[in-house]
Amino acid sequence: MIAAGENKTVEKKISQQEKNVLLEAQHLKKYFPIKEGMFKKNKRYVRAVDNISLKIFEGETFSLVGESGSGKSTLGRALLRLQEPTDGRLFFQGEEITSLGKKEMREIRKDMQVIYQDPFGSLNPRMKVSDIIGEPFEINRQKSGKEKDKKVCELLELVGLDPERRNRYPHEFSGGQRQRIGIARAIALNPKFILADEAVSALDVSVQAQVVNLMKDLQDQLGLTYLFIAHGLNIVRHISDRVGVMYLGHLVEVGEVEEMYERPAHPYTSALISTNPTPDPRAKREKVVLKGEIPSPSNPPSGCRFHTRCPLATERCRKETPKLTPLAEGRKVACHYPLI
Amino acid sequence: MSQTAEANVKGENVIPTSRFRSFFRQLLKNKVAFSAFVFLVVIHVGVFLGPFIWTVNPDAVDPANALASWSAEHPLGTDDLGRDVLSRMLYGGQITLLVGLGSMIFTVLIGGLIGSAAGYFGGWIDTVLMRFTEAMLSIPNFFLALVALTVLGKSPMMVVLVIAFTSWMEIARVVYGETLKWKETEFVEASNAMGSSSMRTLIKHVIPQTIPSIIVASTLGIAWAILTESAISYLGLGIQPPTATWGNMLQNAQQYIWTAPILGVLPGVAITLVVLAYNFLGDGLRDMLDPKHLGK
Repeated sequence: MIAAGENKTVEKKISQQEKNVLLEAQHLKKYFPIKEGMFKKNKRYVRAVDNISLKIFEGETFSLVGESGSGKSTLGRALLRLQEPTDGRLFFQGEEITSLGKKEMREIRKDMQVIYQDPFGSLNPRMKVSDIIGEPFEINRQKSGKEKDKKVCELLELVGLDPERRNRYPHEFSGGQRQRIGIARAIALNPKFILADEAVSALDVSVQAQVVNLMKDLQDQLGLTYLFIAHGLNIVRHISDRVGVMYLGHLVEVGEVEEMYERPAHPYTSALISTNPTPDPRAKREKVVLKGEIPSPSNPPSGCRFHTRCPLATERCRKETPKLTPLAEGRKVACHYPLI
Repeated sequence: MSQTAEANVKGENVIPTSRFRSFFRQLLKNKVAFSAFVFLVVIHVGVFLGPFIWTVNPDAVDPANALASWSAEHPLGTDDLGRDVLSRMLYGGQITLLVGLGSMIFTVLIGGLIGSAAGYFGGWIDTVLMRFTEAMLSIPNFFLALVALTVLGKSPMMVVLVIAFTSWMEIARVVYGETLKWKETEFVEASNAMGSSSMRTLIKHVIPQTIPSIIVASTLGIAWAILTESAISYLGLGIQPPTATWGNMLQNAQQYIWTAPILGVLPGVAITLVVLAYNFLGDGLRDMLDPKHLGK
């Protein structure tokens, strides 16, 4: 299974140049104003997403990793305009969607769906499973009655659940099963793009693997493109084609997953990967332990935002913000002193 | 039904087959609330179906028979104009209970609409609606109701509307709080992400979550509305005679408090018991619908 997956990755890598860009962000920003008192004007902002440009290709799985508070989820939501970006431009299938009106955006939303983190919070507890999965059809006035019911059964089978149980409520299912329900809802309208926001983080490890494999299978069957936001680096390595590393609202490194795991270019990426547990207890690795915690995004450090914790930081890093620049084929890094 | 209830007592895992059934099972366990519920069912059925059995006209005057004691012809006696008290209690109960239910329905509609709109849409809509709610709360609403009835007239429908317009604020605040809580959930965002309009999301996903709180608040609201109607009628500003309500029967009875105390005792006890029962039921429902109690 894994070997076959790796072959696929290789094929994907080769054909990536010819692949179309599905989703593109240019200089995307999402600032949250900090309210200070009733009569003060909003002067300070939390820069959750600060000037990020990225491309996601058709059919690939692009993962975003980073610590809590690095802005991964906000970036994901801003890309789909679930949270309105403060600034920047968004393109979906070559069409600019930054300033589309509500109705036009609703049309586009059929093609971009979300799988959520919390399998308990993402399903309405007062709706039957058949209504939850049937909701996308209802919203878009596509199918009704028997036709809808048939489609719901097909979807349940597709995600490995018993269609007989479609008239039950979410609380009668386990966490992993609920996540499958969430996936069935997300793929109901045959979307092109799926944002999986920490889609497996809430599940235990054995169930994580099942759900991730289900997502991979569905990707092959339906030609989906994933934006996968995650904590678990092993899962990311297993599912992704390319990875983006975020730190304090900045994208600090982008690259092919295997290359990046083997030879990280940014000191932060290196630290992240070195702390990732491996199954082999005897494996000797140099652990890069970072000092302190991620600084507050409302008051980010000057220059390179990572300099307060970076073992290699110099005077230059404190003053000058590094730009995300190409380093090698398909590899970009924002660091004055990249490791490779 | 009884089997699953037993299994539940033993602490075994029971998958509730229907929400209504599990709800009813919980009601059975709360003795006070259940007694109140049974009492209210009996009173409502009695008041609305009673006149089909006891077919005496409540407005038929018989001065020769005024202030009569109980007899086969008039089981609860007659009032100062010789009208049958049992019949007047039944018809008066209909009006009083209908005013209570009607006011509650309008209260829930107004309060639910204002609370959910303010909570869900936020921004200036929130500011305007909730400040208005607070302003309404700071007016002594009983006196507002009295003034409104004096100006607008005293038909039963008007009484219902006036009570509703002076008591929707509590429900608005409850629904507002619940809406704020639920609109942040992922299934609400999921619905928007699927392309649902915000109106549809509000109706399909947010409002259903607030229903338990609305049920509790409206049960207590009925009690409040019945009390208010009685008080208004007692002051002579409510529904006017000859139409009987428990409130104006009470007012009428005070002149005869020494000669025929039963005339005051009957509507007084009826009002007290019904209000008490609604309060007990409301408290019981509040306990049952509290998430901490669910699944117990």
